[in-house]
Amino acid sequence: MRPGYQLLPSAPSLSGYYLSILQGAQLTVGVSLASLAVAIVLGLLGASAKLSGSAGLKGLATVYTTVVRGVPELVLMLLIFYGGTIGLNEALRWLGWGSRVDINPFVAGVVTIGFIYGGYMTETFRGAILAIPKGQNEAARAFGMGAFTAFWRITLPQMVRYALPGFTNNWLVLIKTTALVSLIGLHEMTYLARQASAATREPFVFLLFAAALFLIYTSVSLWALRWVNARYSLGTKRVQL
Amino acid sequence: MRWEVVFQPQNLALYAEGLTTTLWLLGTSLLAGGVLALLCALVLTSSSRALMPLRWLTSAYTYCLRGTPLLIQVYLIYYGLAQLEFVQSRWDAVWPWTYFKEALFCAWLAFTLNTAAYTAEMLAGAMRETSAGEIEAAQAMGMSHAKVLARVVLPSAMRRTLPAYSNEVVMMLHSTSLASAVPAITDITSAASRIYARFFLPFEAYLFAAAIYLSITFVLVMGFRWAEKHFLGYLAPQRA
Repeated sequence: MRPGYQLLPSAPSLSGYYLSILQGAQLTVGVSLASLAVAIVLGLLGASAKLSGSAGLKGLATVYTTVVRGVPELVLMLLIFYGGTIGLNEALRWLGWGSRVDINPFVAGVVTIGFIYGGYMTETFRGAILAIPKGQNEAARAFGMGAFTAFWRITLPQMVRYALPGFTNNWLVLIKTTALVSLIGLHEMTYLARQASAATREPFVFLLFAAALFLIYTSVSLWALRWVNARYSLGTKRVQL
Repeated sequence: MRWEVVFQPQNLALYAEGLTTTLWLLGTSLLAGGVLALLCALVLTSSSRALMPLRWLTSAYTYCLRGTPLLIQVYLIYYGLAQLEFVQSRWDAVWPWTYFKEALFCAWLAFTLNTAAYTAEMLAGAMRETSAGEIEAAQAMGMSHAKVLARVVLPSAMRRTLPAYSNEVVMMLHSTSLASAVPAITDITSAASRIYARFFLPFEAYLFAAAIYLSITFVLVMGFRWAEKHFLGYLAPQRA
């Protein structure tokens, strides 16, 4: 062992652990936002499949939402992370690719969480689209708008208000699910907090610090989405019971 | 695919052990969490001034537990509370610290506290939404506050919570997979992880686990569908 090398860091360097957990928070935000993007795209695709006339698409979307909501996130994540690595390498070898590819935990986490919450978003978006009067879309099409333009200009702005309560719920659960990515080795907040508490034999402070950061993240999200909700509800009539 | 490995007797036995642990964790944490949730909901909806600090404390409890990941809560109990010298010096002899020696108890405690927080808010929401007329009628009949709660508000609020609670139960089933993050617990997920590690067969091991979870989810959903029909039938749209 080199002189001056310390197996356990001395007490003053505790602040270094807090700093590294804060840096891990960036990764948590990154994973959650990237997963949200995947989930929104899959949710819109799923909702349009469920609302389409085609029985095949409808069946596919139903299988997707049922399976995704019936299996624990962790099991799907382990399946995609460990299974995906083997599957990908088998496929590449079959294609004649010599070298081995490893799935990065960030990608595996984003794909899994996005895939799971895409299922939840499908249901949320489907309900929101159904809540818009049919005449709106018909009028848009009568004006000569294409299917995409009608969706972008007419359906989307109106469905935001109906989708927001469910969306908010899904987003808050999604944020908390990102902690699972630590179990496949991504060095985000939970992972770093656990490592720090193991290394320093301080059981509480680092985990509580990470928990507090999560609480701040969920609280800020809730507050921001309330503001969005208020904006998109402008002009709707409220009735006092 | 080498499915025959999963169906070897010793591996099936491992899954069966996992299934027992998962169902035990789910059942007992829902039971204890339900009781705790009922107490918390009563505190949350009470309007007495004397209970003000307790109400504030309960709100803080549900807010913190619903705002942080369950995995961190499990860690806080297993690697935090159970590793304290205060606890470890007592866990051989002094009740209730003896429980903290068991990893399974630590996971159970985290799950119970977590589900209680979610269920309490659900139940409190339903209690607040009880229509004023029902409560006024009960008061006009001369029922005491406790009787109004026990005979009118709670039976109706618990029924109206059923659809949301069925979601919570399914979520809780999925959450029990986090027990596999604690060493020394064999739930369905850690059974799968062990079989994966031993035979290096991730697809077979985890897909089989996924199928077990999916089947339990189906049974739970069917059960709740029956319960909703049975207990909430009077709220269903009338058929001509």
